[in-house]
Amino acid sequence: MITKMLVGLRDWVDVRFPMTETWNYHLAKYYAPKNFNAWYYYGSLALLVFVLQIFTGIFLTMNYKPDAGVAFASVEYIMRDVEWGWLIRYMHSTGASFFFITVYLHMFRGLMYGSYKKPRELLWVIGMFIYLALMAESFMGYLLPWGQMSYWGAQVILSLFTAIPWIGDALTLWVRGDYVIADATLNRFFAFHVILIPFILAALVFVHLVALHHVGSNNPDGIEIKKNKDPVTHIPVDGIPFHPYYTVKDIVGIGVFLMIFCAVIFFLPEFGGWFLEADNFIPADSMKTPEHIVPLWYFTPFYAMLRAVPNKLGGVIVMFAAIIVLFILPWLDRSKVKSIRYKGTLSKVALVIFSISFVCLGYLGTQPPTPVLTAFSQLFTVLYFLFFGLMPWYTSIEETKPEPTRVNFSH
Amino acid sequence: MKTLFRTVTLLSAFLISGQTFASSGVHLEKAHNNLSDQGSLQNGMKLFANYCLSCHSAEYMRFNRAGKDLGISDEQLKQNLMFTAEKVGEPMKVAMAKEDAKKWFGTAVPDLSVVARSRGVDWLYTYMTTFYRDDKKPWGVNNLTFKDVGMPHVMADFEGGVKEAVYKTETGADGKPHQVVDKLVPNCGALPKADCEKKAQEYDRNVRDLVNYLEYMGEPAKLVRYSLGVKVILFLLFFTFIAYLLKKEYWRDVH
Repeated sequence: MITKMLVGLRDWVDVRFPMTETWNYHLAKYYAPKNFNAWYYYGSLALLVFVLQIFTGIFLTMNYKPDAGVAFASVEYIMRDVEWGWLIRYMHSTGASFFFITVYLHMFRGLMYGSYKKPRELLWVIGMFIYLALMAESFMGYLLPWGQMSYWGAQVILSLFTAIPWIGDALTLWVRGDYVIADATLNRFFAFHVILIPFILAALVFVHLVALHHVGSNNPDGIEIKKNKDPVTHIPVDGIPFHPYYTVKDIVGIGVFLMIFCAVIFFLPEFGGWFLEADNFIPADSMKTPEHIVPLWYFTPFYAMLRAVPNKLGGVIVMFAAIIVLFILPWLDRSKVKSIRYKGTLSKVALVIFSISFVCLGYLGTQPPTPVLTAFSQLFTVLYFLFFGLMPWYTSIEETKPEPTRVNFSH
Repeated sequence: MKTLFRTVTLLSAFLISGQTFASSGVHLEKAHNNLSDQGSLQNGMKLFANYCLSCHSAEYMRFNRAGKDLGISDEQLKQNLMFTAEKVGEPMKVAMAKEDAKKWFGTAVPDLSVVARSRGVDWLYTYMTTFYRDDKKPWGVNNLTFKDVGMPHVMADFEGGVKEAVYKTETGADGKPHQVVDKLVPNCGALPKADCEKKAQEYDRNVRDLVNYLEYMGEPAKLVRYSLGVKVILFLLFFTFIAYLLKKEYWRDVH
């Protein structure tokens, strides 16, 4: 009886809205390669963090006051007087860092297995736009607690715009809405942080998934499972329905992830100053510049590149170029194969050097500049760009291993 | 799964050890705080209310919240700890005007609600134990951890008296000899040596209690979040185990 009613309801909706069709297209009949390894958790984990950020953000907005006079106090109010406010706040502040951790690992997975190569160029480019939006989102969100590091970090980054010839000063003034970071800046950053950018992020994530499900998922072997379909069913022989196989698998990943995430929230919410900086527990003061201004860790590789160039405008150009070059990556890789498993030694060495450079730049960006450290920053900046600059060369001359016809899979 | 876990652990270890802090050049003593010692927190709050709260506010902390967390009744709060506030739900504010503070101490007196989070507990402990006599300063004291600080040594009586500095001569960066503080020695006036040492120990204990309280005040949730965290992670372990069994069952038919 009840089943009959529910089936009736489903059919009623399906005539008017493609409910079952959408469910099948994106989940129950979306065939994903069966050989995903642990690197394939980070996409769904990033999505999970995004949802957590939205929900904790809603609760924070209920008590946060975007007013330079009381913003700092309202955060402490959340930490003390709001029931469970401390947990919501720590989930949000830790979530910001874990968003970047998952996204960086997700991007690295793409680099390793060539997930940006044809036909997934657009998928990669959309992902890069998500990364850009995420940077804007976190940069603006970090101003909101209105601590010293919020204030001076924003001051330093916004002053980069002054390096733009002719319009720099006027543009910076327009963005800030005042001659220094002030109440006007806080209010507009709040508006962008809670409405504009989350909206853009949600739209981009949607488009990212649409593009993914159109071209199909890549896999650690970097071969197209759609090329080998069952002659009768027309289902890829190496594909399995995303639901239930990958939904149950992702739940395990989510469990492990939440254990790490909660360990940080409950035991190390400041993470030794990396997620919440000590200076940010001092209210913003436009008259007192902190001794050592550091952006949050996820920006430090680019900050190190900025400082590696002696000229300010040059530094800004290098920093933006470092991000833009990621957009054109799909057209730099000339290799016949996708996955690092079948690429040659040059590609493997290049990827290792690139990864080391990126991590080291991240570290150098947190340190006060000394001549030796700046020299290292310059070296790693050059290596970072060489990875991309030389890619058309080393991917086309190296000898690759033959790709298998079926994916490697074992229990 | 193993790879994921290993990557994250390695990354965490690297990051935590990699972080450096701007140092003031002074060696910091460990505060050895213990937030589960309620007696210590109560004594710390008493010291805070009696010695700090006349000049320093703790605007984000309400009297009765601390009372509730530390086992102090509203009556006890009113009688022993609230000197200017009337209602137990009030935050810890001071009567002193900002302008007066500037005039008396040369600077605005900072609020101490979250000082344990910006300075760190080791810094606070070291700071409170490194006051020494310096007749050139307006209040007659200076501090090794916070040079030329405007604050007087309000708890000097606990120490038996302000510590004396022993100086030594050092060649500075300019190549000229400078008088620098070598070490601090207790100064109990006419007290016998044994009593003086006892006083010094007592003072250290009181400072520890005070810093313990400051850590609590910086983040009252610290009293609950560790024990809650253990429960949450135990639940997640159980949840992940069940999820893993479910996954295994489903994946049995994938070949």
